[in-house]
Amino acid sequence: MSDKSQKTERAERLSVFKTYKLYVGGKFPRSESGRVYEVTDSKGNWLANAPLSSRKDARDAVVAARKAFGVWSGATAYNRGQILYRVAEMLEGRRDQFVREVADAEGLSPAKAKSNAAKAAAVVDATIDRWVWYAGWTDKIAQVVGGGNPVAGPYFNLSSPEPTGVVAVLAPQESSFLGLVSVVAPVIATGNTAVVVASEKSPLPALSLAEVLATSDLPGGVVNVLSGRTAEIAAPLAAHQDVNAIDLAGADDVLAKELEIAAADNLKRVLRPQPVDEAGWSATPGLDRMTAFLETKTVWHPTGSLGVSGSSY
Amino acid sequence: MASVFEYAPAPESRSIVDIAPSYGLFIDGEFVDAADGKVFKTVSPSTEEALSEIAQAGAEDVDRAVKAARKAFEKWSALPGSERAKYLFRIARIIQERSRELAVLETLDNGKPIKETRDADLPLVAAHFFYYAGWADKLGHAGFGANPQPLGVAGQVIPWNFPLLMLAWKIAPALATGNTVVLKPAETTPLSALFFADICRQAGLPKGVVNILPGYGDTGAAVVAHPDVNKVAFTGSTAVGKEIARTVAGTRKKVTLELGGKGANIVFDDAPIDQAVEGIVNGIFFNQGQVCCAGSRLLVQESIQDELLDSLKRRLSTLRLGDPLDKNTDIGAINSAEQLSRITSLVELGEAEGAERWSPECELPSSGYWFAPTLFTKVTQAHTVARDEIFGPVLSVLTFRTPDEAVAKANNTPYGLSAGVWTEKGSRILAVANKLRAGVIWSNTFNKFDPASPFGGYKESGFGREGGRHGLEAYLDV
Repeated sequence: MSDKSQKTERAERLSVFKTYKLYVGGKFPRSESGRVYEVTDSKGNWLANAPLSSRKDARDAVVAARKAFGVWSGATAYNRGQILYRVAEMLEGRRDQFVREVADAEGLSPAKAKSNAAKAAAVVDATIDRWVWYAGWTDKIAQVVGGGNPVAGPYFNLSSPEPTGVVAVLAPQESSFLGLVSVVAPVIATGNTAVVVASEKSPLPALSLAEVLATSDLPGGVVNVLSGRTAEIAAPLAAHQDVNAIDLAGADDVLAKELEIAAADNLKRVLRPQPVDEAGWSATPGLDRMTAFLETKTVWHPTGSLGVSGSSY
Repeated sequence: MASVFEYAPAPESRSIVDIAPSYGLFIDGEFVDAADGKVFKTVSPSTEEALSEIAQAGAEDVDRAVKAARKAFEKWSALPGSERAKYLFRIARIIQERSRELAVLETLDNGKPIKETRDADLPLVAAHFFYYAGWADKLGHAGFGANPQPLGVAGQVIPWNFPLLMLAWKIAPALATGNTVVLKPAETTPLSALFFADICRQAGLPKGVVNILPGYGDTGAAVVAHPDVNKVAFTGSTAVGKEIARTVAGTRKKVTLELGGKGANIVFDDAPIDQAVEGIVNGIFFNQGQVCCAGSRLLVQESIQDELLDSLKRRLSTLRLGDPLDKNTDIGAINSAEQLSRITSLVELGEAEGAERWSPECELPSSGYWFAPTLFTKVTQAHTVARDEIFGPVLSVLTFRTPDEAVAKANNTPYGLSAGVWTEKGSRILAVANKLRAGVIWSNTFNKFDPASPFGGYKESGFGREGGRHGLEAYLDV
């Protein structure tokens, strides 16, 4: 968006602005409240008017996420991996757009390539690679965290991880794209559906990510993206009885505590905020962000065998 | 229905257990009085006999115990895993050696039949210590990185339904991973935990590694809220679990909660009826139904309802209720007067709401807390007895026609701890188990436990898993 303010010789042509919209249930609605707020770049220049989501938008997003949960959690892990990889393909195609948006949002200049080490481009590359990393996990996580248990008796039992359900994700405030993808991808890679609250100050990469998701075979409702005031949208999500878990990455300590208390009402799984800087988001993640939103189901069955004693029934 | 056989009494001797007239708190390797001198009595639920007087821990005692545990943590966590393992193996062996004594003790204090303490509780208690003993020097292989670290002081609050087993579930993984513990047993069943303190002494466990603080809910709340506790583990009611989740909000305390349930036991028309009946009986009448993963909702396919209920009623008529120390007893006493009144009022509510109540002919002893095995038919999903956890020997029977309906009804509760599936068709077992939102699914069996198997709930049945490799995660910095 920054090029609209540049005065060039070709100034006769006005660039076309984009109306940024929410992403809910696979559609791009405006906020039902009709509100928007000003998004500026790191220097304070106007970039766009982003939707200022309301409580109703949050509730609509939960309904959409719940509706999508059956389809998405029921898809094969192989299929989920294919779709996630497809997202990475689409991201790669829109790489330049994201470099621009991240540069605006985080003040990382892509132009000063040598002096600034092409930081925005590096962030976007890392983000795409992060997405690919998670795409590859969908059909491996069950093998790594599940398994067969050697019980002392004529039974076998198997433990398998299952998605916990609808996860409210408060995206990190400072890392508008790498941080965002680092918290969204693990949630859906494991079969959950997500209601994502974008960085309050820098929501545009998140809203553009939604456009990528919409064209990547990802069923509508699997990821829902809301922009606005984090505290305002997060409160009804933390209290919502049909939300199963909440990732508090984008909340400060005071808000995080409030939300954790609200989340106790239906015993949501809570991932507390961990202090992470941009370098932290760059580090290869462990499994924590995936296992935080997984349940373990253990299924028992008689074997009919009583082991080496030779008896059976 | 008259019982088929009359059995001569076969009582287990209680002389094997020597209960002292009073017990202190176990802090830093010593039995001590409560700071404010408070005591309470623990009562045998089958006779209402006062068994012993127990020191009641207050906030000051909690603080003392946490300090002792913190001090002990330094050395305990620094021990090589192989050394911690040996302490746990010692404990496991001593439990095996003293298992008859502990079984009798548990039956006296809890009211459950000796058949269960002897054949279920105690073998599992020893097995948990053996299982986690072996992990202590293999944590690098558990899948949490090369060198996962303990959290520090674990504050643990356990219920009265499986006093010693829940202690084992909590203490064994905590010690194996290098944490030290402050454990609060339930006020109605403190004795086996205090006997466990003596086992720690016999095993030569360093002072302060295990601290036992009997008391009521406020004692547990003080343990959970203590600022120097790093990890909270709780098994008990969902209401208290939510309170604990609020208490730890905004702190760095790691928490695991094992809470209530309203397990569905689903019987399809092709199920082996006799085996299913045994599973249903075990699912809801094991430990008088005072089990969080009890199969308290029977979902039976409509076409076999009559046949199944006939068999079930016939089977219930052969259950023997009475002296828990009698080896022939199937159904023991309800743990406390308070729990008995909760069961009674929920059952009365069930009748008032129009469900049909049935119990076998059953003479209840004149003293103690007793409730006859009870079955509700004509139950709908809206009935309180189909929704609320009763935590007693009360089974609600609902019907279904299709597998989809069975799954929908089974999942239609805020809980998600356990479920049972009975059918001869393997593909149906897998398909249904896959759709059930519960942490433990028993197919053609029920109420099986094993230390190598993760146990824990979905939804409002809590979070975290106990048992298996998964059970280590709760006590490691991962």
